[in-house]
Amino acid sequence: MIARAALVLALTFAAAAAKAERLVVSLSNERVAVTSNFVGENLVLFGTVQAGPGKELADSYDLVVTVAGPRETLRTRRKQRVLGIFVNVDSREFVRVPSYLAIIGNRPFGQIAGPEILRRQQVGMDNFILTQRVGADFADTVSDDPFRKAFVRLKQQHNLYIQSAAAVTFLTPSVFRGSVPVPANAPTGLYGVDVKLFAKGTVVAQTTTSFTVTKAGVEQYVAEAAQDNSLLYGLATMSMALAVGWLASVAFRRD
Amino acid sequence: MQIYLPIADLPVNIFLIFGMGLAVGFISGMFGIGGGFLMTPLLIFIGVPPAVSVASVSAHIAASSFTGALTYWRRRAVDVSLALMLLSAGIIGTATGVWLFTLLRALDQLDLVIGISYVVLLTTVGMLMINEGLRAELRARRGMRSSLRRPGSHNWLHGLPLKMRFKRSKIYVSAIPVWGIGFIIGFVGAIMGIGGGFLLVPMLIYFLRVPTATVIGTSMVLTLITMASATVLHAVTNHLVDAILALVLMVGGVIGAQFGVHTGQKMRPERLRLMLGLLVFAVGARFAYELVATPDDLYSLRLVRQ
Repeated sequence: MIARAALVLALTFAAAAAKAERLVVSLSNERVAVTSNFVGENLVLFGTVQAGPGKELADSYDLVVTVAGPRETLRTRRKQRVLGIFVNVDSREFVRVPSYLAIIGNRPFGQIAGPEILRRQQVGMDNFILTQRVGADFADTVSDDPFRKAFVRLKQQHNLYIQSAAAVTFLTPSVFRGSVPVPANAPTGLYGVDVKLFAKGTVVAQTTTSFTVTKAGVEQYVAEAAQDNSLLYGLATMSMALAVGWLASVAFRRD
Repeated sequence: MQIYLPIADLPVNIFLIFGMGLAVGFISGMFGIGGGFLMTPLLIFIGVPPAVSVASVSAHIAASSFTGALTYWRRRAVDVSLALMLLSAGIIGTATGVWLFTLLRALDQLDLVIGISYVVLLTTVGMLMINEGLRAELRARRGMRSSLRRPGSHNWLHGLPLKMRFKRSKIYVSAIPVWGIGFIIGFVGAIMGIGGGFLLVPMLIYFLRVPTATVIGTSMVLTLITMASATVLHAVTNHLVDAILALVLMVGGVIGAQFGVHTGQKMRPERLRLMLGLLVFAVGARFAYELVATPDDLYSLRLVRQ
């Protein structure tokens, strides 16, 4: 038992020692507050590539950052003309997919690595796994599935799915900066940031970090009240309506 | 200036929302209606999800109808017993409407049902009002004194049992059509996000022969109570009432209504009804176009759970 543990430990060290590169990253803001005048924010991701002990850095690196927001289940519906009017006739459920997804890199993904590695590392919108429920089965369909394409397109229209091959820049061969746009309609919750470093077409280092988007001030108060104390919230909204109506009748009274 | 709506989850220009409140308030003051049938489509048009629009507009109408109800109350132009009878069925109608609303949302057909209801209801009522308005206009041209049609004093509805006397309105009718009307108004209000004033007033006049003196005040009291309860029910069952959106709308609405009342008083009632009919019909036609025209995008998303 002890021998096995020692072996695992030794292997771990060996693996770590074998790595030539180490990634150190930091976000400009780890808590994005959605206040009443929130119109979106650009987070900046800074990082450096450090050489492992006794190793040297390569001449050039590529970087891909995947930011995934809180998971949600959505239904994509398709309209079709039925008896002259457009009706939702067909739908697919996308199960626990990121509400927000940004895949950004320093150059077109096709130039960073081969298609097989990109697929395995889920680099690019087409390679990211979006689980669909088809009847009782759960599966990701091919990237040109019409529902998947429509889903990604609609998410992109709402600025919630972003793919950019120019949002990361290397300031020096080992220092980089990436920009992560958080739109005004970004859902609240925990956002996971996955940073992958590529050299010569393979992943050489990987690290993760995260940030949260939270409602703040009145926004937070209202949203929480509506969800957690719905009866009280409804009664309060109704009382507010009556108060405004009463005030108006007093203020503009003519008789 | 942008503000972030916490329930609709989108930033909007506060002056745009306030302006919409003013404009719809003006129209509602001018015609003596709540204006929900204009406000809900406008909100949907600027990107507020239909379900949030319907739920939030109910709070907005509660505010404007409370102002109106208080004014008519001071003039003793409210028939309380009639309003309470309509209400007893109206609450059941609202609850049924909110239940169906939730069910249709789960079936992905809510937007369609809201659309079809608007088309059917608004084009029909609009055409009836235009027809009636044009006739009145023609009568006025020929120099005849215009009057609301009250052919005979009884119709088949007056033959039904369970008769009741409503003193202030000076009518003696069966409780069955009163309950029926109350239920319909509560039901369509919850589904479509409208107070139903533009439906209730003609129904009370033509079916129950309620005199014009008490009809608007009574309708306002009913609208007030159904919309106030719809606000609470929507908040509890669907968590879709956006209090911030509703507040901006209602403040704009009550101010706009004051100017609307002034303008309305300077116009002949027949012409007002004709104009309202055209407006109602136009909104209905717009919804019909939306249902029939090929949408920009055949696909749409709906959140199932977070």
